Amino acid sequence: MAKILMKGNEAVAEAAIRSGCRLYFAYPITPQSELIEYMARMMPKVNGTFLQAESEVSAINMVYGAAGCGKRVMTSSSSPGISLKMEGISYIAGAQLPAVIVNVQRGGPGLGDIQPAQGDYYQATKGGGHGDYRLIVMAPASVQEFADMASDAFDLADKYRNPVMILADGMLGQMMEPVEFKEALTDAEIEEMPKQHDSWCIRPNEDGDKKHHHEINSLEIDPVVLEQHVNNLYKKYAEIEKNEISYESYDVSDDNEVLCVAWGTASRIVKSAINELKKDGKSVGMIRPINVWPYPYEAIAEAIGPNVKKVYVFELNTGQMLDDVKIAVAGKVPVEFWGKVGGVVFTPAEIKEKLEACF
Amino acid sequence: MEKIAYRPESLTQIPFTYCPGCLHGVAHRLIAEAVDEQGLINKMTGVAPVGCSVFAYKFFNFDMAQAAHGRAPAVATGMKRARPDMHVFTYQGDGDLAAIGTAEIVHAANRGEQMSVFFVNNAIYGMTGGQMAPTTLPDMKTTTSPYGRDTADIGHPIRVCELLDTLISPYYIERVSLLTPADIMKAKKAVSKAIQYNKEGRGFTFVEFISTCPTNWGLDPLKSRDWAKEHMLPFFKTGCFRDKGAE
Repeated sequence: MAKILMKGNEAVAEAAIRSGCRLYFAYPITPQSELIEYMARMMPKVNGTFLQAESEVSAINMVYGAAGCGKRVMTSSSSPGISLKMEGISYIAGAQLPAVIVNVQRGGPGLGDIQPAQGDYYQATKGGGHGDYRLIVMAPASVQEFADMASDAFDLADKYRNPVMILADGMLGQMMEPVEFKEALTDAEIEEMPKQHDSWCIRPNEDGDKKHHHEINSLEIDPVVLEQHVNNLYKKYAEIEKNEISYESYDVSDDNEVLCVAWGTASRIVKSAINELKKDGKSVGMIRPINVWPYPYEAIAEAIGPNVKKVYVFELNTGQMLDDVKIAVAGKVPVEFWGKVGGVVFTPAEIKEKLEACF
Repeated sequence: MEKIAYRPESLTQIPFTYCPGCLHGVAHRLIAEAVDEQGLINKMTGVAPVGCSVFAYKFFNFDMAQAAHGRAPAVATGMKRARPDMHVFTYQGDGDLAAIGTAEIVHAANRGEQMSVFFVNNAIYGMTGGQMAPTTLPDMKTTTSPYGRDTADIGHPIRVCELLDTLISPYYIERVSLLTPADIMKAKKAVSKAIQYNKEGRGFTFVEFISTCPTNWGLDPLKSRDWAKEHMLPFFKTGCFRDKGAE
């Protein structure tokens, strides 16, 4: 299939539809508006449901209802809207429902601004909503990857009965890049898909005498039962941590004198700086977590070569992933951080300067 | 011999967890009977709220969802859109529907969502121990209005049927009472009508039940009904506000 030039927001929407998403509930917010608008245009053409909800809170609860019926469903928003969805995300995780949530991050806290930022890392990977739960969090670094993640996210959501977040940012949402789409699922395949959830989801009783009573629920009033439920969730999360680590190694070698760790948009800029330094004969490697939960702790530890003097973390926030890198490095070498916030994006030249100072 | 009293098939065998004298059981039963009578048990699903009826998902004998506080109409919207071949209702109390869930109920009604909403109004938060509700009457004492509801400070009770009746889309809106056997018979008719319209895909249907809370009102069940007749019915007048099917 030929490549198409597309904005990230539109590419992820198109990829979601191709992956069998026929239900989308959302509320407008910049810088993800192209996504909701694309869905508004395209969903009717595939006999899907597009519904502009009265609020972010309602949108995520519509997702809860549709996911409870075992159907592929998605919502999207940007940072302040994602905060509003956190209640529903906690319920979706508690009730073990498959759903995909796209966060096209912008500057915060509060209303912040509408420029790209990575300030929702803590919220996405460490909780956000109440209680003990985990989201699978995928962090794209290109429009192509943003689109590819849509189908992966639905597959993972279905596989683990768990909400999956694609943690992009305003840069990836707004930027146009060539993208190649996977072949769309057929109507027959899409119809077949919810049957994998027949054992638990809300559906008509068509089994004759074997009448089911399925409950979509996160309430367990008996503490012993709730304890067991949360323990079961964590068994599932351990399984996810075992299977779903995903990262990119860039120029990692025994020659490296510095190892960088960066994710999403920030990693692209770091990559440019690494390429520049290479021309000067300076060896810098990078680990880019593709999934930021589960986190590639071991990959980072193993990438610290014999000549690495420092691990350098670059983010478009005040150092939220830094904690995870420190856990991975475990004091073996110093870990340094530099970032930009407020929607200000660092340049390759700035990163290069920071890295040069390490040599 | 004809069996005239039996448990509706649409109720599970799990005993209700409601207080003695509570009318939730009556409301549950009316809904279950209507679902049975219209042969919908295999295609019906419902959403339980947060509040005393939080466990309603265990009591109805078909697939059920439990929603976050106030969000039942949004959850039901997602369910109906995902499973258009099923019929969905929400069951909500006054705090859930008329305070924290005001946006959800107004907009589900305004979209004319294909659902039935059963709204139990007893003018108080029951589950959390008797706090002021959006439908608490003027001067009524609750644990968070210990000197009586001061309307100058906190406003007047919300009449939800009247509020929804300003919208164009809803198909059927009626307020009934559960305070006397005769009222319950009338309430059954309203429930049946809502379920029938739901079955026929006519649109958004809404039934409000005027109910009691003997535990938190501090009155025995019979006195609670007298109190409700004397104080609630003059403010929350029963009757049909909207019936597009009868037009």
